[in-house]
This record gives sequence, C-alpha cells and structure tokens, in this order.
Amino acid sequence: MTLKALFAASATAALLLSLPANAAELTVGFSQIGSESGWRAAETSVTKQEATKRKVNLKIADAQQKQENQIKAIRSFIAQNVDAIFLAPVVATGWDAVLKEAKEAKIPVVLLDRDIDPSGKDLYLTAVTSDSVHEGEVAGDWLAKTVGDKACNIVELQGTVGASVAANRKKGFDTAIAKHANLKIVRSQTGDFTRAKGKEVMESFIKAEGGGKNICAVYAHNDDMMVGAIQAMKEAGLKPGKDILTVSIDAVPDIFKAMVAGEANATVELTPNMAGPAFDAVAAFKEKGTVPPKWIQTESRLLTATDNPQKEYDSKKGLGY
Amino acid sequence: MTALLPRRGLAQILALIVILAVDRLVSPQFFDLRLQDGRLFGSLIDVLNRGTPVALLSLGMVLVIATRGIDLSVGAVMAISGAVAASLADSHGLPVVLAAALGIGILCGLWNGFLVAVLGMQPIVATLILMVAGRGIAQLITEGRIVTFSSPDLVWLGNGAILGVPVPITIAVGMLILTGAIVRGSALGLLIEATGGNARASELAGVGTRAMILAVYVWCSVCAALAGVIAAADIMGADANNAGLWLELDAILAVVIGGTSLFGGRFSLILAVLGALIIQTMNTGILLSGYPPEFNLLVKAVVVLAVLLLQSPKLSGFSGIMARLRGTKP
Repeated sequence: MTLKALFAASATAALLLSLPANAAELTVGFSQIGSESGWRAAETSVTKQEATKRKVNLKIADAQQKQENQIKAIRSFIAQNVDAIFLAPVVATGWDAVLKEAKEAKIPVVLLDRDIDPSGKDLYLTAVTSDSVHEGEVAGDWLAKTVGDKACNIVELQGTVGASVAANRKKGFDTAIAKHANLKIVRSQTGDFTRAKGKEVMESFIKAEGGGKNICAVYAHNDDMMVGAIQAMKEAGLKPGKDILTVSIDAVPDIFKAMVAGEANATVELTPNMAGPAFDAVAAFKEKGTVPPKWIQTESRLLTATDNPQKEYDSKKGLGY
Repeated sequence: MTALLPRRGLAQILALIVILAVDRLVSPQFFDLRLQDGRLFGSLIDVLNRGTPVALLSLGMVLVIATRGIDLSVGAVMAISGAVAASLADSHGLPVVLAAALGIGILCGLWNGFLVAVLGMQPIVATLILMVAGRGIAQLITEGRIVTFSSPDLVWLGNGAILGVPVPITIAVGMLILTGAIVRGSALGLLIEATGGNARASELAGVGTRAMILAVYVWCSVCAALAGVIAAADIMGADANNAGLWLELDAILAVVIGGTSLFGGRFSLILAVLGALIIQTMNTGILLSGYPPEFNLLVKAVVVLAVLLLQSPKLSGFSGIMARLRGTKP
C-alpha cells in the first residue's frame, strides 16, 4: 500500500467513525476523574454497560485526577457537539466558565457522583449522587434492628479525617443510633479508608476493649477498612460476623466474599450505576423536554448475609473493583 | 559509668522508655502478652509488627542518608513490589514471587543509583521521579484494583509465626543483622561514611564513591521491596493507591530520630531502627488512647519535636545531664 492510499484509507475511516451510526441515537461525552479507586473503575465499566444497553454512543475522557484535563475534555465535547455531557467533578469549584460555554452551546451537563459549587444552579441539568448521610443512617438502622434491646458497644473505623464522605457517614450513623440508648460508640478512630490501617486500628481496638470481649459491633465507613478489621479479629481468635457484628458501606466484591464465609453481616451499597438514571434523565429531557429535579438521589441498598452474597459477588467481580 | 551507658543512643532509649511508659498509662494492658494460635499476641507485638515496614525502610534509608543522599521513592517501590508479589502469588511458588518482587526492587534501586551516581542528579529530585512514577507503575500492574490472593505461603510472610514470633518481626531482625554484618563487619560502612563526609576527598583517596552510592540505593530499594511484600502479605492483597503511602517520610524521620545527620558522613543502623520503633510505639499509643482522630497528627508532631529537642546539642541542659551521666564534659 502506498503512503497516499494509507492516508486516504485512514481519512475515510475517520470520516466513518465521526458519522453517527443512527440519527436517533444519543451521543454523550463523559469526563471521568481517573482511576482513583476500585469503585471509580466500576463506575466507568457500569457507565459503558448502561450506554450499550441504551444504544448510547459514549465517549469517555480520563482526566487523571486533574481539573484542567476535565475542562479540556468538556471543551472538546462541546466542539464535537455531543447531545449531553456527564461530569464526575474532581473538585467542587472552578467550573463556572466551562459550564457557561456548555450552556451557550445548549448542551445539558449532568454531574455524576459528586456535587459542585457553581455560581448558579442553572449551569447544570441535574446531579446524580448518593446521600452519604443517608448511607450512615441505613447502616445504623440495620444495627439497631439487629441488636434489639441488648446493650451494644460499637467501635467505629472512620474514613480519612476531613473527607466530607467520612463526616457524613459518621453523622448519619450517629443520628440513627441516637434513638437507641442501648447502642453506644465506645471507640472511634480513622482508618484512612484503607485495609492496612483498618486492620491496624482494629488490632488496637481489640486490645483496648478487653481482647474484643467488650465489643459487640464494628461500623466501618467503607468496606476496605472492614476487610482489614475482619482479618484483625480472626487473628485475635474472634469470630467476626458472630462474636462481633459488622456493618460497613460501599458494597465492594470482597465484602461479599467475607459474607459468604460468614465473617461479615451487612453492607450499604454505594451504587456504581450513577449513569443509568443520568441517561434516563437526559433522554426524557431531549425527547419530551422534561426537566429533572436538581438532585437525583441514588438508592442506598442494604445488603446482608441473607441476600445471596454469592450472587452479588459474581455480579460485581468483573466490574474492575 | 561510661561502660554502662552507650555513648550515642541514650536520648533515643530514654525517649522510647518514656513513650512506653505513657502507653502503659493510657492502656493498662499494654505489656500483656499471650499466645493466640501459636503466635504472640499483645500491644507490644503490634508495635513491633506494625513497625516492621518503616524499620526495614529505615535500614536502607540510613545508608543512603549516610552518603548525603535521600530516597523519596521507597513508598512507591513498596507499592510496586507488593503489586508484583500479589499478581504472581496464586500462580507461582514463594521463591519465584520473592525473586520477582526483590528483583523489581533491585531494578528500582539501580535506576535511582544511576541517576544520582552516574548522571550526578540531586538525590531529592532523582528519587522524586520514581516516587511519582512508581505509584503509577504499581497501579498499571494492579489495573487500579486491590489484587487479592490466597496463597498460604505468601500470607504466612505477613501473618505467620516462627516460635511464636510473627514472621515480619523475624525478617526485620534478620535484615538488621545482615545489613549490620555487611556494613560493619567490613570496611564498607566506613567507605559509605567517607563518601557522605566528603565525596571528592574520598574519590581522591581511592574510594569508589560511585559504586558506594549505587550500592546504597540498590540496598535501600531491596529493603523497600521486602517491606512491600510484607505489607501486601499482611492484608492479603496489594493496594497500589495506599501501600507505603507517605512511609518515605516516616523512614526519613526514623533515621533522623536515630541521630543520623542528613548531611551524611556517619550513621547508626540500630538507632535508625530504634527511631522506627519510637514512631510506631507512639502511633500504637495514639490508637489505644481513644483520643479523637483529629488529634493524631498533632500528638505525633509534639512527640517528635520533643524527641528531637532531646537530641539537640544546643539544649545544653539535657546534654549536660547526659554528659554527667557519661562522666564527660558537654
């Protein structure tokens, strides 16, 4: 093949790619933060699945944790005249200018997973996020219901100090157990959302509370810390899930593995499917002009050891957690 | 008196005793020990066990610092070696896994050493490259996930015990003895100190300073790789985002608490490991104390400041006391 022919072929290919396969199809640009955690990877794969399900033409731009990359990606989506832009914002501020550009181009923007702090709420169509205070409440309510009237000393593994998710999940849990005088948080420390720190902190909790005999339940702000805590309990000769109840948040595959083994009791799901409701909102807006509410709250499902954890594990393990 | 008290290290030993005493105050069961599934169990064991990664890092770091260098990449090297070990654990035997993880460590060390010794880059900049890129490499290996494994051999490295002593502690002690034997059993330690004291003069005197610098960076990365394998074995998984995160700073702190000057020229392996133990004794104490987590870093900063003030030659009050104990003039 000559060089000229190669150029011609690639130009044709590029032209074909840029043409929409079907005029009725939606094209959505998604500016994703980057691969910061397993949950983020799962969100990306679920977004792709949901797009395929709805025959949406999805363009994903990975921002590698940088706001300037996200702004560039949004500008390029505007230039490509996509039907809608999904944005998982890496920070809360600094979006005004680029969102105004999108607004002028009449392209609706949907925020996924995190909210932002713009000068006006009219700069985006809607935000699909979970309510992390509510997640903490669901966890607390489950524990209160499971324990009943028995006195219960709880130890808490907090997320990173200063992270809003950690503060919210603590607030929600505190609110839920405040209604029950028999539930009391006796120790609370940060495990930085990691397995290693979760394990280390749980080791010290066990020693400080009479070898774990005084602990009735562990509440962890995420599943990873709980996985570490479960190891610490096992190494101390305790039976997690039986001697000590566990409840955590996120619903990552490994917590279901622990549930199958009878070592974990409950988790509250932070669904990676933020895109599904977002696609539906955009489709309704485009077709019928329905304006969605400013905040679409995702469901915080409670999943316990009786909810077929093996099935949950199988459905989640391929998502990239 | 001189024979009873070590000339160096008194401040560190006193600091450790004081912190242990405070830990005993906040947690009455601090010194309790029992056997649990054939493994010693208690807060003291936690201190040693959790202190292992930083102790291993400080063993390598102290040699690098003795040559007037610094290695910021050790945390990232931990993440890489942990990722390699976890990815291979379920399909290969322990010797292959260890060889691969430590081999990666050697490669990382050669890279750092090449930049510093051959290209003459400033160590802080040269190792910053791998500090940033290394975590990315680890994430590429794990594809951003936490790679878990169940290979009993590798898990044993983190959770097993030899005669009741947890394996990580045994490894750390073994590495301390091995490193000590290599650098103090020969003239190597002296040559490393000479390189750090005055590289040019040492070069002229016939010391192979380039080889010395290359060697200490390789050893530092090997120690970091070993720490990474232990950290992965401990949680039965490799967490590329968080394994070894900021531990390079703890390792440097351990070396400094151990009295080694950042300007190079002299070092003490034992005191660096003691420095790592001081840091972990404090960390475990904070966790046992039940203070709100918002105070963790503040307490840590105050204690570190106190330990460093204790060592400051300018604070003649304390060094006067030490000198009197040793029977010399301050």
